[in-house]
Amino acid sequence: MSVPSAEQQRQRRTVETIDLADVTVRFSGDSGDGMQLAGTQMTNTSAIFGNDVCTWPDYPAEIRAPVGTPAGVSGFQLHFGSHKLRTPGDRVQALVAMNPAALKVNLADLEPGGILVVNEDAFTAGNLKKAGYTSNPLDDGSLSGFRVHRVPIERLNAEAVADTGLTGRAVGRCKNFFALGLTYWLYDRSMEPTLKWIEEKFGTLPAVAAANARALKAGYYFGETAEMFEARYFVRKATLPPGRYRRATGNEALALGLVTAARLAGKTLFYGSYPITPASDILHELSRLKHYDVRTFQAEDEIAAVTSCIGAAYAGAIAVTGTSGPGLALKGEAIGLAVMTELPLVVIDVQRAGPSTGMPTKPEQADLSQALCGRHGESPVCVLAAGTPADCFDLAIEAVRIATEFMTPVVLLSDGYIANGAGPWRVPELSALPMLTVRHPKAGEPFEPYQRDERLSRPWALPGTPGLQHRVGGLEKTDITGHVCYEPQNHEHMVRLRRQKIDNIARTLPPLEVLGRRDAELVVVGWGSTYGAITTAVEHCQAEGLSVSSIHLRYLDPLPPELGTLLPRFGRVLIPENNLGQLRRHLRAELPVDPLGFNKVQGKPFAVGEIEAKIREVLKGK
Amino acid sequence: MPADVTLPQLTAKDYASDQEVRWCPGCGDYAILAQMKKVLAEVGIPREKLVFVSGIGCSSRFPYYLETYGLHGIHGRAMAVATGVRVANPDLSVWVVTGDGDGLSIGGNHFIHTMRRNVDVKVLLFDNRIYGLTKGQYSPTSPQGKKTKSTPLGAIDYPLHPLSVAIGAEATFVARTIDVNVKHLAEVLKRAAEHRGTAFIQIYQNCVIFNDGAFEYATDKPTKDDTTLYLEHGKPLLFGRDRRQGIRLNGMTPEIVTLGEGVTEADLLVHDEKADDPSLAYLLSRMHHPQFPEPMGVFRCVQRPTYEDLLMGQVQSAIEAHGPGKLEDLFAEGETWDVS
Repeated sequence: MSVPSAEQQRQRRTVETIDLADVTVRFSGDSGDGMQLAGTQMTNTSAIFGNDVCTWPDYPAEIRAPVGTPAGVSGFQLHFGSHKLRTPGDRVQALVAMNPAALKVNLADLEPGGILVVNEDAFTAGNLKKAGYTSNPLDDGSLSGFRVHRVPIERLNAEAVADTGLTGRAVGRCKNFFALGLTYWLYDRSMEPTLKWIEEKFGTLPAVAAANARALKAGYYFGETAEMFEARYFVRKATLPPGRYRRATGNEALALGLVTAARLAGKTLFYGSYPITPASDILHELSRLKHYDVRTFQAEDEIAAVTSCIGAAYAGAIAVTGTSGPGLALKGEAIGLAVMTELPLVVIDVQRAGPSTGMPTKPEQADLSQALCGRHGESPVCVLAAGTPADCFDLAIEAVRIATEFMTPVVLLSDGYIANGAGPWRVPELSALPMLTVRHPKAGEPFEPYQRDERLSRPWALPGTPGLQHRVGGLEKTDITGHVCYEPQNHEHMVRLRRQKIDNIARTLPPLEVLGRRDAELVVVGWGSTYGAITTAVEHCQAEGLSVSSIHLRYLDPLPPELGTLLPRFGRVLIPENNLGQLRRHLRAELPVDPLGFNKVQGKPFAVGEIEAKIREVLKGK
Repeated sequence: MPADVTLPQLTAKDYASDQEVRWCPGCGDYAILAQMKKVLAEVGIPREKLVFVSGIGCSSRFPYYLETYGLHGIHGRAMAVATGVRVANPDLSVWVVTGDGDGLSIGGNHFIHTMRRNVDVKVLLFDNRIYGLTKGQYSPTSPQGKKTKSTPLGAIDYPLHPLSVAIGAEATFVARTIDVNVKHLAEVLKRAAEHRGTAFIQIYQNCVIFNDGAFEYATDKPTKDDTTLYLEHGKPLLFGRDRRQGIRLNGMTPEIVTLGEGVTEADLLVHDEKADDPSLAYLLSRMHHPQFPEPMGVFRCVQRPTYEDLLMGQVQSAIEAHGPGKLEDLFAEGETWDVS
C-alpha cells in the first residue's frame, strides 16, 4: 500500500485545518512506553519539514520504575513553530497520556481547553489505583475543561499489527507509533521521515519494521476516519537563516564541538570520564568517533577521569573530562593541580538538581558557585556557560581555545535541560570556524617551564622533546624556573599572577550583546539554560512597549569587561536563576550593582510566562 | 640525524637533575634512586622519552631528582595520571613512584584498575609500612598491633598484601625486591623496564625515622637467608644459608621442608613466572614472615595486549573502516535538511 503524502492527505481532508504559529505537544506514558522515541520522531519530522523546534525530554531516574505509577512517568515535550523558538513552551496545547499516571502527572501543564488524547484501554481499576485516582477521571467530569479524546489505543494497535507475526508484549510495544500516527494526522505531519527511520532501524527485523509502520499508519488513518476531531492544525515552515541544518541536543553539540576543536588545533582529543547522568551521552557520542583520533577513557571514578586528563594534557592531548555536580565536587582537588601545573584542561559540568544525589534527571543551575570557587586555596579557573544546545558547540571550541591559549583549566557549564533538549543546529561552514593555534617549544629553543608570554601563559613543552625535560607538580613553583619553592614573596607573586592570567582572558572575549536599549528601566541578566525563557519573555515585553532589555552571560569568570560600566546604566537588574541566587551573589561581589533575584528550584526550567510576570511586577513597582 | 652518528652512551649521572635530594639521611629511597638511574642508563631509554609520575609522600619527590619529564601530582592519583600520559602518547616510557599510603590507601582504586587494564606503566611501590611525610601514622601494610602515633594501643586493621592484590587485579608483571640488596633491586627494575604492560614492584624500603628496622628480618646477615627466598624462573624454591631448605606443596598448602630427610629437589615446588594461571604467584604472595621465607624477585611475568595497544587498535580499525574522519562528514551525520 503506498502511503499518501502529507500534501495528498491535506487535499483529502474532511475537517477544517487551522493554521497556528506554533504548537506545544507532550507525549507521556510509562517509562517503557516509548514516549522519548515518539517525541524524537515528531521533532525530526517537524525539523525536516522546516519548522523551528525546541524540545524537553523529562524522564525518571529509575530505569524501570514500578509500571503504571507516577514515579515511572516519562514525558517528551515538543514545541514547533513557524517562527524562532527558544523554549519548549510553557503550557502544552495537546497532551497524549498513555495511562492514568501520565494523565495525573501532566494534566496541570495542559492549557485550558487543550487537546487531551488518552489511551482509554489503560484506564483500568488497577491502573487508576496505582496512579492514586479514587474515581475514573474520564467519567467523573473532572476533565470537562479540556477537549478529551478517548482512544482505545491498545486495542486498535493490536488489531493493526495482528497479522505481522508479532505476539505478546512485542505487539504492545508498537502502541507509541499508533499514538504518534494519530498526532501526525492531528498536526498534518508527513509520515515519510518516520517510515524511513523504521525501515533503517528495524531493517533486519522485518516483522518489527512492518508492525511499527502498520501501527503508525493505523494511528494516522484513525485520526482521518474516526471523525473524533473537529479540526486539524498546521504550522507553516519557519524562516530560519539559510544553510544546512541538523537536530542536535546539547550533549551531542558538546561532543561535536570538542571533536571540531581538537581537529582545528591539529591534536588528539582525550576524553576521560566516569558515567554520570546527565553527562554520559557525551562519552557515548565521543566513543564512537574514534576515527577522528578521539581517545575515550571510561575511568574507574571521577578522580581518575580528571587526573588522567591532567596526564594526557601534560603529554600533549586536548584533554577533556565531563561530569555533573557530584563529579565536579570529586574533581576539585585535581582541578587545583591543573591550576598549579598550568595545564590546559576542559571540565564540562552538565548540572543537575542537588545537593548530593538530588534529582539526577532534573535540571538545575546550582553549580555556579562550585565552578567559580569550589577548590581550596586561591584557585582561579575560567568558567563558561552555554545557553542553548547549539551554543554548546561554540563554547566547546571556545573552552579549548582558552585552555590552550592560557594554559588553564576551563569549566564549561551546561545542564540537564539543554543537554537533553534539542533544537535545529545550523551546520557551520568549515571556513567560518575559528583558528586554534597551539604552539609547543621545540628542541634547542631557550626554555623555562614557567616563563610567561604577554598573556602570562606558560609554554606547553611536550614529553618526547629532547632537552626540554622538566618537572611540574602541585607544590608551589618558583616563577620562571618552576622549581619547588616555599619563599613567601614568591608565593604571593605566583598567586596574584595566576589570578591575573585568568583576568587577561577578558581581553580576548567578543563584545557583550544587549537585547534592547542600553539604558532601559530594567535589564534581565541570565546565564546558562535560562536563555530561551528570558529572551522570549523580554521580546514579548518589548513588543508591548515595556522598557526592558536582557544580557545573557556566557563568560562567568572572567566577566565581560564592559559589564561593570554597563549594568549601572539600567534602572534595575533582575537575575532569574534556577538556584537561590548564585550569579546575583557573584555580581554583587564583583561589580557595583545590587540585582534583584528571581529564583526557582523545582528541577524545572522557567516558563516564559513566569519571567514576563516578574518583569511586569518589577517595572510596576518602580 | 645521519645514521652513522652514534649518540653518546648516557651514564647514571646523566639522569640526575640539578635539584638537591632532600630525603632523610639513611633513607632507603637513596638506594632506589641510585639504582633507577643506573638501570635507565643501562637500558638506554632516552631521557626525553621518560615520564616519572608520582603522588604524595616521601617517595613521591622522586621525579624532581631525575633529569626526565616528571609530574608530581596529588595524593593517590599517580596511576590515573600515568594512564592519561600513556594513552595520549604511547611512545613514552612511563614510571609511577608511589608508597604504601599513596598507592594502597588513598590510591587503592587506581592501583586495582590500572593493573586490570594492563596499562604499560611501571609502578614502583616504596613500602616502608608507615606514613612518613605525615610523621608516623600506621599504613595499610603496617602489621596488626603496630603502635604508632595514631594507634597508641596498636593497629587493629588487618594489613593488606600488595602483591596479592596486584595478582588479584590481573597484573601482568609482579615482583618484590628490597632497598639494601642493590644488585637484586637493579635486576628487578631492569626486568620491569623490559616488560610490556603494567609492571608492579613492591620495594621493601626502610624508614629510618618512623619505622626503622621494619625489614631487619630480611636484611640482617644472620637471618636474611632464612627469611627470604629468591625466586628464579624454572628453578625449585630453595632457601637457607646452605640452600638446604625448600618449599613443597602439601595439597593446596605450601610447607617448609629440608632436603635430605627423604626429600629431594624433585619434590619441591618449581617457580614458573610465566604461568598463565596466577594461582602459583598468588600462593607465593601469601608466604609471609615469620611463618615462611618471603619470596623476592619476579612472581609473575606474562604477556597480554596493553590497554593502549587495544585502544589504538580500535582507533586504527575505525580509521580503516570509515577513513580518517572529516569534519564535514561529522557535521552531516544523521538527517540534515537545507533551508534556502
